[in-house]
Amino acid sequence: MAFTFAAFCYMLALLLTAALIFFAIWHIIAFDELKTDYKNPIDQCNTLNPTVEKVKKIKRIKIAIKLVLPEYLIHFFFCVMFFCAAEWLTLCLNLPLLAYHVWRYMSRPVMSCPGLYDPTTIMNADILAFCQKEGWCKLAFYLLSFFYYLYGMIYVLVSS
Amino acid sequence: MSAPGFTHLNSSVSYGQNPTPNGCQNGPGQTYQSMHPPAGCYGAPPQQQNYPTIPALPTSVPNKAPATNSAHGANYYWSNQQQHHHHHQQQHHLSQHHVAPSPYNASLSSDAPSQPYATVPSSAPPPSNAHYNQQPLQQHPPYAPSGRYYGPQAYHAPPAPPPPEQQQQQPSLVPAPAVGPGAPIHPIVSYPSAPGSSQFGTLSSFQNAAAHGVMPTQMGAPLHQYSNPRPASTAAVGQPGPTVNGQGSTGHKHYDQSHQASLSYDPYGGVLHGGGGADRPPSGTPSNSVHSSPGHHQGGDTSSSSTGSASPVPNNYDNLEGGSYPDSMPPSDHMTNQAAPYGSYGYPGMPPAYHQGPASLANASPSHEPYGQSGYQPYSQPFPSMSQLSTALGGLSGVPELEVEALRPVNLLQEKNLLPPRALEAPEPNLSPELRKVNCSPQSFRCTLTSIPQTQALLNKARLPLGLLLHPFRDLQQLPVITSNTIVRCRSCRTYINPFVTFLDQRRWKCNLCYRVNDVPDEFMYNPVTRSYGEPHKRPEVQNATVEFIASSDYMLRPPQPAAYLFVLDVSHNAVEAGYLKYFSELLIDNLDKLPGDTRTRVGFLTFDNTIHFYNLQEGLSQPQMLVVSDIDDIFIPSHDSLMVNLKESRELVKDLLTSLPGMFSHSKETHSALGPALQAAFKLMSPTGGRVTVFQTQLPTLGAGSLQSREDPNQRSSTKGVQHLGPATDFYKKLALDCSGQQIGVDLFLLSSQYSDLASLSCISKYSAGSVFYYPSFHHTHNPAQLEKFQRDVERYLTRKIGFEAVMRIRCTKGLSIHTFHGNFFVRSTDLLSLANVNPDSAFAVQMSIEDSLADSSLACFQAALLYTSSKGKRRIRVHTLCLPVVSQLSDVYAGADVQAITCLLADMAIDRSLTSSLSDARDALTNAAVYLLSAYKSNVSNLQQSGLVLPASMRLFPVYILALLKQKALRTGTSTRLDERVFAMCEFKTQPLQQLMRMVHPDLYRLDDMSDQGALLLNHTLVPQPHLLHLSAERVRRDGAFLMDCGNVFYLWIGKSCSDVFIRDVLGCSSYASIPENMRHIPELETVLSERVRAFLDWLQDKRSFCSSVHVLKDEASAKAPFFQRLVEDRSEAASSYPDFLEHLQQQMP
Repeated sequence: MAFTFAAFCYMLALLLTAALIFFAIWHIIAFDELKTDYKNPIDQCNTLNPTVEKVKKIKRIKIAIKLVLPEYLIHFFFCVMFFCAAEWLTLCLNLPLLAYHVWRYMSRPVMSCPGLYDPTTIMNADILAFCQKEGWCKLAFYLLSFFYYLYGMIYVLVSS
Repeated sequence: MSAPGFTHLNSSVSYGQNPTPNGCQNGPGQTYQSMHPPAGCYGAPPQQQNYPTIPALPTSVPNKAPATNSAHGANYYWSNQQQHHHHHQQQHHLSQHHVAPSPYNASLSSDAPSQPYATVPSSAPPPSNAHYNQQPLQQHPPYAPSGRYYGPQAYHAPPAPPPPEQQQQQPSLVPAPAVGPGAPIHPIVSYPSAPGSSQFGTLSSFQNAAAHGVMPTQMGAPLHQYSNPRPASTAAVGQPGPTVNGQGSTGHKHYDQSHQASLSYDPYGGVLHGGGGADRPPSGTPSNSVHSSPGHHQGGDTSSSSTGSASPVPNNYDNLEGGSYPDSMPPSDHMTNQAAPYGSYGYPGMPPAYHQGPASLANASPSHEPYGQSGYQPYSQPFPSMSQLSTALGGLSGVPELEVEALRPVNLLQEKNLLPPRALEAPEPNLSPELRKVNCSPQSFRCTLTSIPQTQALLNKARLPLGLLLHPFRDLQQLPVITSNTIVRCRSCRTYINPFVTFLDQRRWKCNLCYRVNDVPDEFMYNPVTRSYGEPHKRPEVQNATVEFIASSDYMLRPPQPAAYLFVLDVSHNAVEAGYLKYFSELLIDNLDKLPGDTRTRVGFLTFDNTIHFYNLQEGLSQPQMLVVSDIDDIFIPSHDSLMVNLKESRELVKDLLTSLPGMFSHSKETHSALGPALQAAFKLMSPTGGRVTVFQTQLPTLGAGSLQSREDPNQRSSTKGVQHLGPATDFYKKLALDCSGQQIGVDLFLLSSQYSDLASLSCISKYSAGSVFYYPSFHHTHNPAQLEKFQRDVERYLTRKIGFEAVMRIRCTKGLSIHTFHGNFFVRSTDLLSLANVNPDSAFAVQMSIEDSLADSSLACFQAALLYTSSKGKRRIRVHTLCLPVVSQLSDVYAGADVQAITCLLADMAIDRSLTSSLSDARDALTNAAVYLLSAYKSNVSNLQQSGLVLPASMRLFPVYILALLKQKALRTGTSTRLDERVFAMCEFKTQPLQQLMRMVHPDLYRLDDMSDQGALLLNHTLVPQPHLLHLSAERVRRDGAFLMDCGNVFYLWIGKSCSDVFIRDVLGCSSYASIPENMRHIPELETVLSERVRAFLDWLQDKRSFCSSVHVLKDEASAKAPFFQRLVEDRSEAASSYPDFLEHLQQQMP
């Protein structure tokens, strides 16, 4: 039993996935609030999007760069870690989500700041429903991968 | 006696809980007193008879009574059960009565003779069940003198009434119930709202006015009647009562008057009382008259015109007596008046209330029966009628003929003449006539399916979109405006009370959207129109599907803003070249006084090229001061209080500025445009107040924030592959628009440009701030007179049209329906709330709906759009539209109710969305598929005919034509060279134009003018307006020897054929021959010939119906000129699109 890089990757992924689960839940709650009323979509998108403004840059970034982009970055980060650790199976499991994230960000509405959600279209029932569904699917995925990473970590620790 | 009465009253009061109201009522009561005298004057006696009519009310009451009866009955001896609701009211009444009594007493004393009356009065009080109690009390007071009997009786009655017995005793009790209904109302109305009290006073006065002599009597009569009822207990008394009524009326009259409605009720009550016992019969006739009288009173006053009822009433009475009650029931009078409306309205609740009333009557009737059996019968009969009404209310009463016609299968391949002879009207929802009568005008509120499918599954099966088309702020000829302290709304869903709610009884109504039962506030019991009490169902809110409320401060987040207009003008070289500035300035100077606003109106000006120029117009300056800000990267406002100035104070400076403006920049060589910074400046300038920003732009913005690059590739204009760059290039304008929206600033954009200006990006500034977009391609003041003329007309209308500031619109719909998507210019703030910084009368909205839960529980679906805005006069107002539609479970019914024009418009909106989010070709395919799916759905589900071919129900027969027309519109066409800006502008118009206008753009109306006759002409204002037949938009229909008018919404084309008769050319155009018609003829000369008058009458008639004035273009049959005309013949093959027969063939191939 030895503490390998792979084991480290799994431990890191485990922690980060816990954070992602939190994000996913936050996401679901936010959209649910939006749907059931009565939160202004401008506020909504400001908290979901990492808006960077000249004046309140630092504060805003700390508060606002919370969700979408960080989520994508975290996920990308441990995908790279798994790649380095040569955990091919785990990497393969994560590739579809990685691809989805890339596609999702590429097809975002025209915006001058990083972010995914456009306050003018988000109230459309289809988009709202899609975002909610997306949140639930991600939550499920992160939950499953959490246990998978747990298993993976123990397996790596034990087998090595 | 009076004292006891009071005690009773007190007790009743306790029941009522309304005690407090009572206090209020007292005040009114006093007023009443004054009223009463008049009543006395009226010579109650005759009216007393009228009172008998009152019984009708009782009948209604009885209806209510049943429900309440049990409860009330228990509580109240009255057994007036009905009164339950009334209790409160009654209490009020009581209190009122108490107060009034003394005065009344006096009056009564004067009336003393009325002792009989006194009895009557007692009965009168009964009318409102609570009233009964109260009445007794009240009556007692008045009675006290004369009517001791009553007092006691009343009291007795109560005791006796206690539960079932009460009914028997009811004579007295009964009356009370009858009275109760009315009385409660009265008290409520008058008392609750101070106005009411005054109103009462007025009412009384009205009554007086109406039938001063009579009225009073009536008034008194009701009371008397009431007393009668009590007398009823003493059967004889009841009868006397009627006569007494006159006297009693004095005191009671107050009630009556105060509550005209109530009065009527009272009368009824009285009648009932009378009738209740023998009273009804005896008083029957009288009572009838009374009823009528009440009605008369009301009518005389205001509405109760129905009064004619006076005579009718007697009849009713007779009928009642005869047992005809059911039909002619006095209730019918009131009922019909009141109840019927409910019924008609589909107030399910109302009927019940009535029923209750009847029930109570019935209860009473037993007691009464001894007195007057007939009375019961009538009452009982009312019930059935009520139920019938309620079923009718269900909205299911069909209009079979219409439906059959709408469902007639039409084989599109065989029938060639699909167009109706006249412009297509919106289909009538399949509702009962009463509901239909009060339903919202289709011009303001239209649904794609006038029969709402029960479930989403059924909707999916029908393959039709469900949605609403709204034109909420359009100019209206008639609009009831209501000023009221409390705006009655559902407590859970906040729906405004509307004609489709159900009154369960006088005091409760059931929301038609969420089905919650709400209380009717006291103030609502007074009807300002009829100046009567106790007729909540006759209030204008409940009689009109479109009403406007003056809102209280509860509806304000801040004090209403003043009208504020900021004009942002492009003065670069390009703009000077185009030459719009001169015309704009002239128009604005001419219309300065017509700008909507009041003394607070503020205006400001801002011009820009590569710098931003502000104008200091502070009052006291000798001439306007220009302040130039050249730092466009960090814009600031040079002066904060002198740039937006009060129009009244700085009027001369504004005029100076406008006069000199065109000359100031005439030598400008600056070609750059800093539109973005100018808009930022405008935003900062307007932020403190909000208001309207009007932007004139003539080129692509090239400097500072929001600068754009040309994205259009002219070679791609006629590409069939798909069109790029339909969406914005930057979100700068969108973000700015959202900021503006947050500060209640609406931005309207006038784009006058001959070059590509990226309207797709620029239009965002208006789209999300609820503004409007105007586009004049190739605008030039000398080279393009057509555009100049259009510009002038549009600007004039724009400057003078109504405007609403800081508006929000919420759309509510019956539980089970939900809003899917909105279309139009606005910002969606929550699932059902649109934020509209400005709202103007020319923009419309569309809403896609989905059915989330089955609607099987209800037979009606309702939609309510409430627009809250600040008028230009600084008043906060709410305009409410309510639309009611039947719910159906059969697919064929869904098709029968389909509104093909609304469907087309909604599909167009959806196609625009699709072309933005996906691609233009996707959107086109989706439109074609909509037709294919409908054809196959109809074929497989409804049509039993196994015939081949394309079959559609008659209601949808024009659908493929419209779809084809849509596909040939600038917004959606491919293959034909279309400039990107024009395409984007067409898309903007699709989203914001009202349905009628849009349909004329999509599918113009074509008429032949040279053979018009007066056959079938309309006679309007002494002018005959000929009605030529609509023609299909195909060159087949256009003959060389004719003159054809094409109505395209914003323009009329008059096409003159080569061989058109010289008579027409001479008589209408004033030209000697075809050859001498000038090239650019833009008007029809006013000639004194029959033909010319006909043509002009017809054109004026068409023009009358639209807000923007359309110009007339006379086109000759020459290659150079006729293009715009033939381009719009959508059924013909064009260079890149198929003809209608080809399109049908294509559809057929696509069908599975």
